[in-house]
Amino acid sequence: MNDLVLVVLLTLVAAAGTAVVMTNAPERQAVTYAFFGVTLTLLFLALQAPDVALSQLAVGTAFVPLMVMLAIRKIRGGRQ
Amino acid sequence: MTRASRYLLFFVGGGLVVVLYVWGVVGLPTFGSTHHPYRDRAVSASVAHQTANVVSSVNFDQRSLDTLGEESIFFASVIGAAALLRPSKQEREASEAGSGGGGHVMASTRFIGYVVFPLTLLVGFDVVAHGHLTPGGGFQGGVILATGLHVMYVSGKYEALRKLRPVTAFEHGEVVGALAFAGLGFAGVGVSGSFLANVLPFGSLGSFLSSGAVEVLNVAVGVEITCGVIVLLSHFFEQAMEFGHGKAAKR
Repeated sequence: MNDLVLVVLLTLVAAAGTAVVMTNAPERQAVTYAFFGVTLTLLFLALQAPDVALSQLAVGTAFVPLMVMLAIRKIRGGRQ
Repeated sequence: MTRASRYLLFFVGGGLVVVLYVWGVVGLPTFGSTHHPYRDRAVSASVAHQTANVVSSVNFDQRSLDTLGEESIFFASVIGAAALLRPSKQEREASEAGSGGGGHVMASTRFIGYVVFPLTLLVGFDVVAHGHLTPGGGFQGGVILATGLHVMYVSGKYEALRKLRPVTAFEHGEVVGALAFAGLGFAGVGVSGSFLANVLPFGSLGSFLSSGAVEVLNVAVGVEITCGVIVLLSHFFEQAMEFGHGKAAKR
């Protein structure tokens, strides 16, 4: 049972990671990256590392995508 | 350096890394086994200092020097990013010409923001305050607090966020947090002769007042990370929202 959960989550992480690489536009990549962060969080939780899961959730799904979006907005130079 | 010598250097260095890595992995206990020599020692050391969250005990008691190093790296990188993102003369002029503003925000988004904002701050404080008891701690709670503040931006206007966030105060807060960590380290030197020794009373396992210096260090890190992340993001916001248009952007 526990092995099954790990296999499912590892597959999910691999799929989400591939999705990040396959996403072309950086602003869309920020969103897929956030989702990839959620899958990693679930994996860490299943591996009984809640401290790491919490760090991953806070940094990987909120902080980094926000910074990426702001950087893209600056590079594009427009305001929407 | 020629191309050939660069490749040579890469293959020698890379080859060594591969050999060491494989050697290290082969020596590891198999995945999912019950044999954990490091865990056994870490757990007993943690219980000896009345710290319920063993991960916090490792980070802030058994190997707190490593954590001090990490905090210093974070501190330095915030300063580095601030130096890189400082506004140029052109950008400052563009900013004075008028800027900021926000687009249209859906009523439902604003409503969710008002509900989530206080909840996020509450969770952040909780994670910092119970770092020695439950999963989390100063770093995780600090990032939650800092990003939680930016819910104000998602649900409202950049102006609202700007008023809520006196950047200078947070710059000072970051320094205070970093100094408090190092100060507790020197307190260890003064009392027991070794840097970052856990010199505070340990209390009793599982109660709020336990773990000695672990929770105090967690709060120091929480202050530093909250302020540091806010300062870091404020520079990104400044660049994107205030100078992100017009002549300045076309440099």
